[in-house]
Amino acid sequence: MIIEGKKRLWQEYQKEIADDRYFYVRSCVRQNFFPASEKVFLRILKEELGKDVYENAAHTTCSGIGYHSDVVPFETAMTVIARQFSLMTESGYEHFVTSCITSFGLYSEVLETWKHFPDVLQKVRGYLKEATGRTFELPKNVAHASDVIFRFRNEIASRGTHRLVNHLTGKPLRVVEHIGCHYSKMFPSKGVGGAEYPYVLVGMIEDWGGEVIDYPERRHCCGFGFRQYIVRANRGYSIANSKKKFESMKPYQPDFILTNCPGCPMFFDRWQYALSEMEGVTYGQNGEGIPVLTYEELSGLILGYDPWDLGLQVHQVPVEPLLDKLGIPYDPETKFAGKDGQDLGRPDAPTHMKFF
Amino acid sequence: MKEFGYTVHKERLIDYDRNDKRVLNHLKKHEPSVLTCIACGSCTATCSAGQLVDFNIRLVQTLLRRGEIEPLKKEVRKCMLCGKCILICPRGVNMRNLILAIQTAIDKLQ
Amino acid sequence: MTAASRLADLGEQVILLEREEQVGGHLRNWDRLFPNRRPGYEVLNYLTEELGSKVDIRCLQTVTTIFSGERDFQLQLASGKSLRCDALLLATGFDLFDARRKEEYGYAIYDNVITSAELEELFRSGAPITTRQGKVPKRVGFVHCVGSRDEKAGNLYCSKVCCVTGVKQAIEIKELFPEAEVFGFYMDLRMFDRHFEEMYYEAQQKWDINFLRGRVSECAENQDQSIVLKIEDTLTSRPLKMTVDLLVLLVGFVPSPETLRLAAMLDLPVGEDRFLEPADEHTKSTLTVKPGVFLAGAVKGPFSISNAIADAGTAALQIHAYLKTL
Repeated sequence: MIIEGKKRLWQEYQKEIADDRYFYVRSCVRQNFFPASEKVFLRILKEELGKDVYENAAHTTCSGIGYHSDVVPFETAMTVIARQFSLMTESGYEHFVTSCITSFGLYSEVLETWKHFPDVLQKVRGYLKEATGRTFELPKNVAHASDVIFRFRNEIASRGTHRLVNHLTGKPLRVVEHIGCHYSKMFPSKGVGGAEYPYVLVGMIEDWGGEVIDYPERRHCCGFGFRQYIVRANRGYSIANSKKKFESMKPYQPDFILTNCPGCPMFFDRWQYALSEMEGVTYGQNGEGIPVLTYEELSGLILGYDPWDLGLQVHQVPVEPLLDKLGIPYDPETKFAGKDGQDLGRPDAPTHMKFF
Repeated sequence: MKEFGYTVHKERLIDYDRNDKRVLNHLKKHEPSVLTCIACGSCTATCSAGQLVDFNIRLVQTLLRRGEIEPLKKEVRKCMLCGKCILICPRGVNMRNLILAIQTAIDKLQ
Repeated sequence: MTAASRLADLGEQVILLEREEQVGGHLRNWDRLFPNRRPGYEVLNYLTEELGSKVDIRCLQTVTTIFSGERDFQLQLASGKSLRCDALLLATGFDLFDARRKEEYGYAIYDNVITSAELEELFRSGAPITTRQGKVPKRVGFVHCVGSRDEKAGNLYCSKVCCVTGVKQAIEIKELFPEAEVFGFYMDLRMFDRHFEEMYYEAQQKWDINFLRGRVSECAENQDQSIVLKIEDTLTSRPLKMTVDLLVLLVGFVPSPETLRLAAMLDLPVGEDRFLEPADEHTKSTLTVKPGVFLAGAVKGPFSISNAIADAGTAALQIHAYLKTL
């Protein structure tokens, strides 16, 4: 691997990421899959970095989930997005930050459409006015939340208490990074590092002391397309895509997987369980799975937050082996405790995968 | 085993590294003219059997050479050995002998 | 070089301005030439000997500006000198496509991806050809159409000679490594000139080279630094995945920025493909719309060496005829 070659490309694909005064829009479903992630993002930005991050209580889904499932037409999606921009304008913000990567892709797609077809933008202004009486300005900058964390990775590292190093061996942790398809595959120039060798997560991992693994199926989609996944009969296709990636990364013995999309970590985390039930196979070492983290969860670990405050207990692939490698303390007794230490019971253990 | 309501899809790509090349090697030895095939499709276009039955001799031969043997074991038996393909082939591949060589190779594999 | 020799034979006074330290252009880098795989230096020596002492050859020269007069041209050189001439022949050749622009192939990122030009240099140097890890390659792949026929690369045209180069180099690899498996990944096989189709036949029949019709979409590196690639095996309509030890990218022609700079100074029309336009495709293929300015060889687009030599002869005759009218 000639790393200079990649560095050269990363230099070419730089993008502007605003540094403060963010209008934050949430994901439809992320809070179900990874409950603490969005909360941690807000905590890091507001409390650690002192940034102004604002969410408007009236904001909605971007409707991407419907658009990509063919139930919401493009005109409707554009109008919903126009309303989001209207809320942003009304609240006095110009920097738009999305929690979901598909949202980021859709906002980018809509803005590009309006850039090349101003008559469509005019039409949408009309639709929004007619439907809600609202007007809107276009955001000056649209970034994904992982872009923002990327931008402040050094600040996070300097305030951090842990690095991505195996504290027993001193070796950097080996990390698989996975980018959501909608981040840069559609518009390579809108992703840090471009489409072939994206840099947004690589920058975080390397600057936090880890080692990035480049494995053959790195670019492959995890299979989370709403269209295929939403209908149960199609999920065989989805799981086969993730399996392809697991088979490819397994020989490299990664310590964990880092992703920046709502769907991808959900897939990587849940499908390892499903594959272990269906085929009896696990992809980590010693019958373990490979732990999966979102970038907010990883940032939280770097900053020394309690793992159970980061929602790591709901991961189907247990993260304890990773926490042990990082030397992060955790209390196994409170793992499944609720608020105020309430006992919420324990989930069943998988048949083949090691569970804690 | 838990019932998920779906199973993992099988991959449809040709994994060239893993595929069984024994049929290919047998063909190269016993009917070397197969090396010069350019997959132009003249043979399939003129094939008597192919006009009426789902039989694409160009495709069958190419797939076998890639090592995709399992699904094709019975396919070559659709050939009637009429020889029209030999008449047309621009590269002089001896198709009739090739078909017989394929059948021998497949039989040997069992 | 050929045009200069022919013009000198016809009694004209010729100054040959060369940018590099020696004349010969890309020919100096080629090991063996298609279709008969004869050594490139034989042709280079022949052309050099032809020039003899009858042409004023000046190397390491760059033209900074050209002033067009009524019936002559004034050239300002970077060395400070200035030259006056009655006719100008642009025979400044071409550049090779920068393979780093095809990011998906991983050139200059993965250890074992090289260009056809680099392979040619390896042949020429006589050094043992191995992977970067020092391994003898058991599988070598050739990717056709790198940077040509590609809207993403900005070049819609076909570079013409890369297909035959790919087949030639595939045979040369088999000559060195008879046990190796060699693959060509092509969209079409453009064997356009005499003996080329027979070379393709020989590659298959004598050397057992495998030709897979499909364009390589992406490459990745395995743990042992071998290259795994994905192509569609269009002949069977199935996606195909395979590993090679060494991947050779057949890079195409691109117009050289230097040529375009000179052409702009002379107000010469440039095609959409950014190569220079002759006055007439068929009947005035070495003249331009500007009297006194002539074109030969790859400034007009992809050219094989034999065709460029022939083109140069034509240019010389037309220049000679023009000079007679002055």
